[in-house]
Amino acid sequence: MSRRPYVRELPRTTWWLKNGRYKRYIAREITCIFIGVYTAVLLFGVKRLSEGEAAYQGFLDALNHPLFILFHLLALGFATYNSITWFGVTPKAIRIQVGEDFAPDGVVAGAHYAGWIAISLVVLFMAGI
Amino acid sequence: MAKSNKPIVWGLFAAGGTITAFLTPVMIFVTALAIPLGIMNPEVLAYDRIHAFLDNGFWKLVMFAFISLSLWHAAHRLRITAHDFGLRSDGIMATVVYALATLGTLAAAVYLLRI
Amino acid sequence: MSERQIELEILRYDPEKDQAPEFQTYSVPCQEEWVVLDAINYVKDHIDATLSYRWSCRMAVCGSCGMMINGEPVLSCKAFLRDYPDRIRVEPLQNFPIERDLVVVLDDFLEKLNRVKPYIIPKENRSLEDGEHKQTPAQLKRFKQYSMCINCQLCYAACPQYGLTGHFIGPAALALAHRYNQDSRDAGRREREEIVATNEGVWECSFVGACSEVCPKHVDPAAAIQQMKIGSLIDWYQEHLMPWSKR
Repeated sequence: MSRRPYVRELPRTTWWLKNGRYKRYIAREITCIFIGVYTAVLLFGVKRLSEGEAAYQGFLDALNHPLFILFHLLALGFATYNSITWFGVTPKAIRIQVGEDFAPDGVVAGAHYAGWIAISLVVLFMAGI
Repeated sequence: MAKSNKPIVWGLFAAGGTITAFLTPVMIFVTALAIPLGIMNPEVLAYDRIHAFLDNGFWKLVMFAFISLSLWHAAHRLRITAHDFGLRSDGIMATVVYALATLGTLAAAVYLLRI
Repeated sequence: MSERQIELEILRYDPEKDQAPEFQTYSVPCQEEWVVLDAINYVKDHIDATLSYRWSCRMAVCGSCGMMINGEPVLSCKAFLRDYPDRIRVEPLQNFPIERDLVVVLDDFLEKLNRVKPYIIPKENRSLEDGEHKQTPAQLKRFKQYSMCINCQLCYAACPQYGLTGHFIGPAALALAHRYNQDSRDAGRREREEIVATNEGVWECSFVGACSEVCPKHVDPAAAIQQMKIGSLIDWYQEHLMPWSKR
C-alpha cells in the first residue's frame, strides 16, 4: 500500500470569498485602511493648524469637496464597524471572574457600548451639537 | 523558535484599537462631516477656537495619543491584512507600515508642539 | 417515519489509482431523523464498499468524524439531514492533506498537540504523603472550558491562518496550552511560553474567530489565544523593562 497524500492549497488571495464568516472578517480588517487614511487627514489638519489661519481655513474648505464627504461617510461606516467588532471581541480577551463564574460576555460588551455612547456624547456636547 | 517580538506592536495595536473604537466614529463626524453636511455651525472648528483648544497641554497630549495610537493600530492591521491577501513578503510590509506609523507619530508631536 | 432521497456528492481519492480527487455522487434513501454519517454508512453498506472515512461514537464525543459538509467543517454524526437540502457535498477536512477519500493526514495536528507540553508541570514534585491537590470550584472553572476539547480538528479546518501558514501551531493545541496555564496545579506557564509566545504560536493568530464558531464543544480557542496574547504582552514588558525581576 503506497501513500500519496494529496494537498489542497488554499487560494492565497481569494480564500475569504468562500463564506460569509470570512467576508465579515476581511470587512473588519479593511476598516484599518479607512481609519488610517482619516488619521492622516486629521494629522494634516493639525499641520495646517500649526501653519496659521489661512492654511487651516484652506484645509477646512477642502473637506467640503464631494469626494472628501464620500470618503468620510465610508470612513464613518467602517469606523463604526470597527467599534462594534472590537466590543464584540473584548469580552473574549478580558475574562473577569466574579466568585466562581465569569462575568457574562454581554455585560463586558455592554459596559463598552455604554462607554462608547458616553464618550461620543461628551465630544458632541463639546462641539455644541 | 525564539519568543516573538510581536507583543510590542500588538500592545500598540490593542491600545490603538481601543481608542479608535471609542473615539474615531464621533471624531470623523465632528471634524469631517458635521460642517460639510450642514449639521454643525462652522464656528465650532474656527481657527481661534481650535488653536486655543490645542494650545492646552492636556488636550495636546490627548490629540497626540489619539493620532499616534490610531496610526499604530492601522499599521499593524494593514500588515496582517496584506498577508491575508496573499502578500508573502511580511518583513518588507512590516518595515513599511511601522516606519509610516513612526513618521506619523513624530510628525504629530512636531506639529502639536508648534501650536 | 418518512423517507428522503438525498444526493451525496462525495470527494473520492484513491492514492494508488487517482491523480487528483474527484466527486462521486450517490443517491441515498434516508430516514428523516438521520445524520449525514448515517447516509455515508448506507453508501458503504449498500452501494460502494470502497468508501473510506473515520467515525466511531456517533454521539459527538470521540472527534473522529469531522468533515466538510457543504463547505462547513462539522462532525458528520452531528449534521442532521433535516438541516440540509437534498443535495449534500461531502469533502475531507480542509487544510489537511488527503490520505484517501474522506480520511486526512493528522500527523501535523498530533505533533503540535504534543509540542505545547500538555501535562501538569508542578512547582515542586509532590510525594504520595502530601496527599491530593485541592482545588476550589472557582479554580476548576478557570480552565474547565478549555479541557473539553475532543481533538476533532474542525478548528484547524476553519482557521484560514492554519491553511495559509502551515507552521501555525493552531487553535486546539494553543487552547490546550492555555488549559494547563490556567490550572492552579500547574506552574509551567513560562516554560510553555517558549513554545506558544512565538511567531508559530499565538502571534500567527489574527482573531478570525472561525475556530470558536465551529467548535462542537464550545471550547472557544479564540478566547484562549487572545488571553495568552495578553499574558505574553505583560511578560514581554516585564522581561524587557524589568530584566532583574525574578522569573
